[in-house]
Amino acid sequence: MQGNATRDLIVGLFVLVGIGALAYLSLQVGGLEFGTKETIALSATFDDIGGLSVRAPIKVAGVKVGRVSGIKLDEDLRAVVSLELDRGVNLSIDSSAAIRTSGLLGDQYVAVELGAEDESLKDGEEFSFTESALSIDKLIGQFVHNAGVSD
Amino acid sequence: MTTPDSSESRTDAAANEADTAAHAEADAAFIEVRDVDLTFGVRKVYDGLGCRLRKGGIHLLLGGSGTGKSTLLRMIGGLQQPDSGEVRVAGHSIASLSERELGKIRKEIGMLFQNGALLDSMTVLENVGLPLREHTKQSTDEIDKRVTEVLNAVGLEGVEGLLPRELSGGMLRRVAFARAIVMEPEILLCDEPFSGLDPLNVTRIENLLVVLNKELGLTIVVTSHHMASSLRMADQIILLRDGGCVAGTPEELASSSDAGVTEFLGEDGHAYLALLRETREGGKA
Amino acid sequence: MTGLIRALGAQTTDLVVGLGRVVNFGGKVVASMVRPPTRFGFFLRALYDAGVLSVALICLSGFTVGMVLGLQLYTTLSRFGAAEGLGAVVGLSLVRELGPVLTGLLVTGRAGSAITAEIGSMKSSEQLDGLRMMAIDPEHFVAMPRALALTLAMPLLNALFITFAIAGAYTVGVSIQGLDGGVYISGLENAVRFGDDVGQSLLKSLVFGMLLGLVATYKGHSCEPDAAGVARATTSTVVTASVCILVSDYMITALWGV
Repeated sequence: MQGNATRDLIVGLFVLVGIGALAYLSLQVGGLEFGTKETIALSATFDDIGGLSVRAPIKVAGVKVGRVSGIKLDEDLRAVVSLELDRGVNLSIDSSAAIRTSGLLGDQYVAVELGAEDESLKDGEEFSFTESALSIDKLIGQFVHNAGVSD
Repeated sequence: MTTPDSSESRTDAAANEADTAAHAEADAAFIEVRDVDLTFGVRKVYDGLGCRLRKGGIHLLLGGSGTGKSTLLRMIGGLQQPDSGEVRVAGHSIASLSERELGKIRKEIGMLFQNGALLDSMTVLENVGLPLREHTKQSTDEIDKRVTEVLNAVGLEGVEGLLPRELSGGMLRRVAFARAIVMEPEILLCDEPFSGLDPLNVTRIENLLVVLNKELGLTIVVTSHHMASSLRMADQIILLRDGGCVAGTPEELASSSDAGVTEFLGEDGHAYLALLRETREGGKA
Repeated sequence: MTGLIRALGAQTTDLVVGLGRVVNFGGKVVASMVRPPTRFGFFLRALYDAGVLSVALICLSGFTVGMVLGLQLYTTLSRFGAAEGLGAVVGLSLVRELGPVLTGLLVTGRAGSAITAEIGSMKSSEQLDGLRMMAIDPEHFVAMPRALALTLAMPLLNALFITFAIAGAYTVGVSIQGLDGGVYISGLENAVRFGDDVGQSLLKSLVFGMLLGLVATYKGHSCEPDAAGVARATTSTVVTASVCILVSDYMITALWGV
């Protein structure tokens, strides 16, 4: 088989384009990260996390700054959520973490509301103030209950 | 020419003799077909076929269509296994060999297929040089030189860069012939080497076959309908019919009183043989 | 009654013998991958035939499938007021299922059938026997580079298909229906994970590529050596490979644990 320069070039291009598409899917769409990206680990304890799931985004002022990296139950049967924040996002030590829902039926995410202190949270530290998920069932339950009482 | 085969004019199924006897004759019978049966669907091709081909001979396979001339070549090459019986080439029983061992023997066999069997995605140069590239350590330049040489020997020039589909039938056949002989094998199996060739090239290929046989000692097995050329060069004729065969030198067959032989050779065949006998006798005188 | 049982027995024997042949053939092809020479030139040519020549088909089909998904899902999701979920649904369905399966079926029709037809016609014109007589293994010379090329081309074409489909859904969902582009893309990126989704997609397309490579080359090598035989083998490749792809798709999805 004699070498066919043009064909080889096109095959090479094909492989490159294919790998490019694969890389786009893996890195951008799939969110694959190589090595340890510059992140800091924080945690927050909630009474109720509602439908929060691992890899849910963490947002400050609506901008994504990290992901939920793990959820577990502590001895007191409260939910401990591990958070992975991009390094360089300095959250003051009295910031609070809340679980919110994007839209009425959308996914849940962790919203961080900034505090006033100068000192910021460091790697491994925990949010002091948290706000549990607002559950629609609960709200409706409360509403019905209140309506019943006022009668 | 050569001394006529001492063998009987009808090789029969008596090939199943003791092994010692077979070994004693191993040299005489370079290729041996013993008591072979073969059935394609409902058609019985061979029924106890047996024949022996001498090393260094030119053997001509004759027979009407469907008598299994091509299939016999394929059996010698190990492409077709008989239902029963044995084919031995250079002392090896073909059926018992693994594909790898068969490969070793096949390197010593050149085969010209009826329709050429050239790889249609490769140029003539690549096709003919393929066995050399696969099995020798020669450089590309050496291979290209050798290929050109062999192509010239079969009367082709300047076709190296063409693809098989760009060749005429006669050219294709000669390219395939070049590929079969490029490795200088010990055995050359040719299925209809002359069909589709003009008279000039028939003579060229015929002479080439004789030269390969005389100079390099190739054992050649040819099937052909081209009576004149093939009868002229053959040492032994094997006439296939009714699942078996009749074998003998051209002289023996020409003087055979067997009705079937006479019928097959026909007037033309006998005329050729008569002519042949005269020329040979003339040559000896 | 005994006749029925006998027929069943014969069918079973045929099936087992057939499977045995395929496995034996596949083993030979795989074994020949590590045997020199590498046949890199043939591999490149096969990659050109199977991969490059399928690119236009894959991109066009991907884009169209994406547009249809965008249109259908946007309308359906809007009814529930969940149009923002378009990115997530499009991304997950494409990456996990539609991408690998549709690419597999398209490549089967476009390249798998062509490979069977090519090898089949090589067989019917005695080219494979010619190779054998030159002590060249046709499994190594003909089947191996093509099977390998299909295996490699499939994940690449799959990635192309998905990328174009994502763009197609973007075109309809965002440019035409007026969904916010950021919502679409971030929904997509949040929903699709590398390990579970892209990994599964890659595994599927690799397996589909291998299956198609095996089926297409085997059918070519085992076809009846005449024109009708080549035609039957080509059809059989498309049918067998499609069924193999769909069945193995279910098995991978189930084993992966969704």
